[in-house]
Amino acid sequence: MKQLQIFEQVIDRPSEYCWLLKTQTHRKIIGYLCSYTPEEIIHASGALPFRIFGHADSTIRADAHLQAYCCSLARMALEQVLSRGLDFLDGTVFSHTCDTMQRLSDIWRLNSGLALHFDVVLPSKLNSESAFRYLVDVCYQFKKDLEAAFRLKITDEQLSESIHLYNLIRQGLQELYHVRSQHPGAISGKEMDLIMRAAMRMDREEFYQRIMDVMDHLKREASMKCAQNFKRLILVGGVCDQPNLYGAVEQAGAAVVWDDLCVGSRYFQGLIDENADPIEAIAKRYFERVICPAKYRDPNFRGEYLARIAREKNIHGAIFVMLKFCDPHAFDYPFLKDHLDQVGIPSLRLEIEDPQLAIGQLQTRIEAFVEML
Amino acid sequence: MANQRAEDHAAQERLKIKSTGLMKKIMKRYYFQAKMAHWLRKKVAWITSGGPVEPLLAMNVIPIYPENHGAMIGATKMGGALCETSEAMGYSRDLCSYARADIACSIVKGGPIGGLPRPDFLVCCNNICGTVIKWYEIQARFYQVPLFIFDTPFNHAEMSPAAKRYVQRQMQEYIEFLERVCRKKFNEAKFQEVGLRSIQAQRLWQQVLDCCAHQPAPMSAFDAFFHLALIVTLRGTKVVIDYYSQLLDEMRQRIEQNISAVPNEKVRLLWDNIPIWYRTRWLSDKFSQHNACLVADTYTSAWSGVVHLIDENHLLDSMAVAYSSIHLNVSIDQMFQKIAALAQKYHVDGVVMHSNRSCKPYSFGQYDLQNMITQRLNLPVLIIEADMADERNFSESQIETRIDAFMEIFE
Ligand code: SF4
Ligand code: SF4
Repeated sequence: MKQLQIFEQVIDRPSEYCWLLKTQTHRKIIGYLCSYTPEEIIHASGALPFRIFGHADSTIRADAHLQAYCCSLARMALEQVLSRGLDFLDGTVFSHTCDTMQRLSDIWRLNSGLALHFDVVLPSKLNSESAFRYLVDVCYQFKKDLEAAFRLKITDEQLSESIHLYNLIRQGLQELYHVRSQHPGAISGKEMDLIMRAAMRMDREEFYQRIMDVMDHLKREASMKCAQNFKRLILVGGVCDQPNLYGAVEQAGAAVVWDDLCVGSRYFQGLIDENADPIEAIAKRYFERVICPAKYRDPNFRGEYLARIAREKNIHGAIFVMLKFCDPHAFDYPFLKDHLDQVGIPSLRLEIEDPQLAIGQLQTRIEAFVEML
Repeated sequence: MANQRAEDHAAQERLKIKSTGLMKKIMKRYYFQAKMAHWLRKKVAWITSGGPVEPLLAMNVIPIYPENHGAMIGATKMGGALCETSEAMGYSRDLCSYARADIACSIVKGGPIGGLPRPDFLVCCNNICGTVIKWYEIQARFYQVPLFIFDTPFNHAEMSPAAKRYVQRQMQEYIEFLERVCRKKFNEAKFQEVGLRSIQAQRLWQQVLDCCAHQPAPMSAFDAFFHLALIVTLRGTKVVIDYYSQLLDEMRQRIEQNISAVPNEKVRLLWDNIPIWYRTRWLSDKFSQHNACLVADTYTSAWSGVVHLIDENHLLDSMAVAYSSIHLNVSIDQMFQKIAALAQKYHVDGVVMHSNRSCKPYSFGQYDLQNMITQRLNLPVLIIEADMADERNFSESQIETRIDAFMEIFE
């Protein structure tokens, strides 16, 4: 789809995109690593929120700071900043998630050489009034910290505008997901993945315009291109840094029609109330959104949610994409698998140690799995 | 010959810490009672090692510490087999070995004491790690019991007023939770009593550790790893105070009589991270051979390191803040401060860090700490790669070579 070319630059050549943006608009750019980062506040300050993914050609520099038993996401993110690949950033924000990120934040603050560093220490449990109050306090504090760092005021109007834009974007992404679910193949997995990643990096106004174009295009085309007999799959995990996985799946005769990923549905799930106090409303979305495994709501939540969504979307099979050494997801795996088993959905677990190498080796397993469905 | 042997034997006996026997008895009684709890119509709660246990004792609940159990599993070399069982259940080998062993133990009732008594409810405080939340969720599902999460925001810098409000509010919620699951009112007077005893125990424990500032040290960190069990499992009860008072007396006597843990102490070292439970003896002997004594560590002092933050007149509120401020819940820079203070207080010549595959929050950052220690404190640092309870992750020859090479620095 040629409408997608515009998204490629910010994913494949982020430095180029960001430096150009900086020279043209003098905008600040703030890096972040987790979908719990209240980006709307960064956006309202005028800065561009830029999500860092786990891509790096080597890990020599990061290896001097992180032991071998650390996940590739943390290691490769660190490598990027240490090798000066993220110099266009004015700073980074860490929102509290897992033990690895918690320590990575310290290591990053001490070694990244970036001017600004923010820790947004969110609550780990999202199920009580006091946790919500604390989350609101933390968001207010983050706003204050940004104001101090940039020497400006973030007004309620600015917050409301950002909230509005983010709601539009999230609705748009959700709609795209629905198109994909209803017309598997109308938009390929790799294309959808590209759009999702761009959503977390690109100038958000422009991004919104661009996905509207994509939407128009799809509306014209999608109805005709109604799918062949695809097996319907759901991807489950954290960050899936595997654009080639989608190709492998499609080659095997299946299509990813939904996901439970931080870089997927968890990113757009839940809208922000536009009629409430902006900071409280932002906090509320993060509080109520479907949780990731590094957050606590109640012990059964994630299993029940996954089984429900898999049934709703008529899923035939699930693929768990697990980064090696990722604790929160590894702890949840047996329990999630169990819930899927109970509703008769088979699953395949792929453990990925080095994202650069993975897919070729996994192709046969994916094929065997799809065949079995 | 016979004479010589008798003399050696006497010398060995002199070196032994006498209180050890009593300690073993106390722990046996504790686990026996815990196993009998339901006969005694008492409730059992599982709680994380850094969790606020005092309210439980005030409610007459028997607290059980899966991590202490994990240490026992490690020490009895049963970790590898139990971990394998959990791996067969689908848990990755890269997860915390305490958690893996415990999850397996619930099902196969294995381990040194045939499994822990069934909990009536669970209390999980994430001041040590996020792993415990996942681990306790699994147990809450398995036993189908209520779970209370005490959420202590991580301190990258100073603790914020918002975080203080949050943890103090949770102390109240914790008590409400206890009232609900125990179906009785919270006993303020008893809590006060327990709280004061807990403070006293922490101070005594600190005094015991302080004895090692003496040169030569009357005991080593390896001894501290052993005697630690009481401050972890029974702080707040009288028996801990009696025991540590006795142990403190013994340490003072040893100092007077010039009995040291390592007979010919020449090198004093600081240990970082959780012990390698299945190899404490081996490591202790190894360092002794080099006339080196591990005189202090960042681990055993975790249970007394924040006692100064507790205000006897505002127990609940100040405890909430103290529990949020422990060693594992602070940034690398603050950890360095603590290490620097220990190094100075105990006059250490070098640092040994256990890079522990199981415990990411304790281990990540060690390479940076290593740099800070060598550059700012001018002390050599040895890093040993291993695991606290899964003996499959220990390579004896490799570690031996590294220790030998490290010790050459001091010759
Ligand atoms: S959640 Fe998993 S993948 Fe993400 S940083 Fe933590 S350990 Fe790594
Ligand atoms: S991850 Fe570390 S702190 Fe957490 S339970 Fe395991 S050993 Fe203890």
